[in-house]
Amino acid sequence: MNSSPFSLDKWGRLFVSWQTFAEGFLTTLVIAVLALALALLLGIVFGMFSSSHLRGLKGVSRVYVEFIQNIPLVIQIFFLYNGLPLVGIMLDKFTIGVLGIGVYTGAYISEVVRAGIQSIPVGQMEAAKSQGFTHVQAMRYIILPQTVKIVLPPLTNQAVNLIKNTSVLAMIAGGDLMYRADSWASSQLLYGPAYVTTGLLYFVLCFPLATWARNYEQRLKSHDVQSAVLLQKSKKVFWGSLPELSKKGAA
Amino acid sequence: MIKLEHVCKSFGDLEVLKDISLTVEEGEKLVVIGPSGSGKSTMVRCMNFLEEPTAGQVFIDGTELTAKNKNDIVRKNIAMVFQQFNLYPHMTVLQNITLAPIKLQHMSKQDAEKIAYEYLDVVGLRDKAHVYPTTLSGGQQQRVAIARALATKQKIILFDEPTSALDPETVQEVLDVMIQLSRINITMVVVTHEMGFARQVADRILFMDHGAILEEGKPEHFFENPTNERTKAFLSKILK
Repeated sequence: MNSSPFSLDKWGRLFVSWQTFAEGFLTTLVIAVLALALALLLGIVFGMFSSSHLRGLKGVSRVYVEFIQNIPLVIQIFFLYNGLPLVGIMLDKFTIGVLGIGVYTGAYISEVVRAGIQSIPVGQMEAAKSQGFTHVQAMRYIILPQTVKIVLPPLTNQAVNLIKNTSVLAMIAGGDLMYRADSWASSQLLYGPAYVTTGLLYFVLCFPLATWARNYEQRLKSHDVQSAVLLQKSKKVFWGSLPELSKKGAA
Repeated sequence: MIKLEHVCKSFGDLEVLKDISLTVEEGEKLVVIGPSGSGKSTMVRCMNFLEEPTAGQVFIDGTELTAKNKNDIVRKNIAMVFQQFNLYPHMTVLQNITLAPIKLQHMSKQDAEKIAYEYLDVVGLRDKAHVYPTTLSGGQQQRVAIARALATKQKIILFDEPTSALDPETVQEVLDVMIQLSRINITMVVVTHEMGFARQVADRILFMDHGAILEEGKPEHFFENPTNERTKAFLSKILK
């Protein structure tokens, strides 16, 4: 028998157990989607808080962000798993995954959202207020839609980080991809193919997301300047990156 | 229509408005002039609570404007045109104009668009309805901003230096639209440096300096026999 950790028969045994990996993959996917939804919600709310003029809201947001960002995710997960039962709150591992990772990523997203909101010229909020929009309406119809473009790339990074961070759930036997792979690998004593496959599966989730967001951002950018491009003199441009150029022309 | 009673406004230690009292009648065209930093923009911004007065009261149509009711009062009575246009860049011209009527006045999309086209005709930009504001010249953007202000059918429109950010050759197209507006029964308060416009349109002119109203009167009085020394000095400089 071939003793290489990546020998063909070992790949074969992994292939036979594909269901284990598929289940883990699915669990990771569902946890990631729900956690991302939670993180976006928290991020937008707290991002709005920290860009508001009310000191109380700002303070609440500051405490949330600093507390979450400066404590390792593992400890936060352990707290939900081992700490909360001490006060009588028992959460299943799936909920811990969604909650823990959602709240953790939400802190990062709120900083992204805050920076996005603050990059919008103050005249936009004034125009909205002068029409009688409330602060929340102005955010919803005027400010936040304009921040989408700006926050999309950093937001994608956060989403990709979130997916990778779900692997921390392996430490509480969370049923996610990393946990399934790890326990399968140790029970079969087949680490190489298991970890390579797992890494690839995470890559398969993260890479298209990053690519999609990059394209989406590009499209959004050119959307605003579309007409500007049309208005530009229809002379041929001999150098590259036309969208960048026309963006400057439109500004 | 608009009444200011002993309005004061400070930014930190800087006193920008000093005890301003003023009444603007319904349908009146009031033009506010004065050097930069005289507080004229701040005064106008107090009228729709973009600035909250440090002391004193603002009344709109008899109701005191407060932090609580400002959205409601502003939504029902006042529109504003800004120096920097402040159009919403993520929306087309048409969407810019119809946003407030649809979301705040609960108008149907069809009705709002019909009105939007009416006012785009007024400002002569019907053919630009579906482009994004950044593709327009400054003068065109400001005319869209005026159409946006008109489309909410408010009784009051505040203009905060509407032509100051424009290229000289586009100033007139905006002034022409404003002259047209001055013939209808809207209350207009205009902060401007355009003396020809002031003379032609104003029912009354205010001269402000250092946060106070130094002189007011009809245009004829104002341009021909100003009484205050500072007004005279200012006019002689600006009318040269």
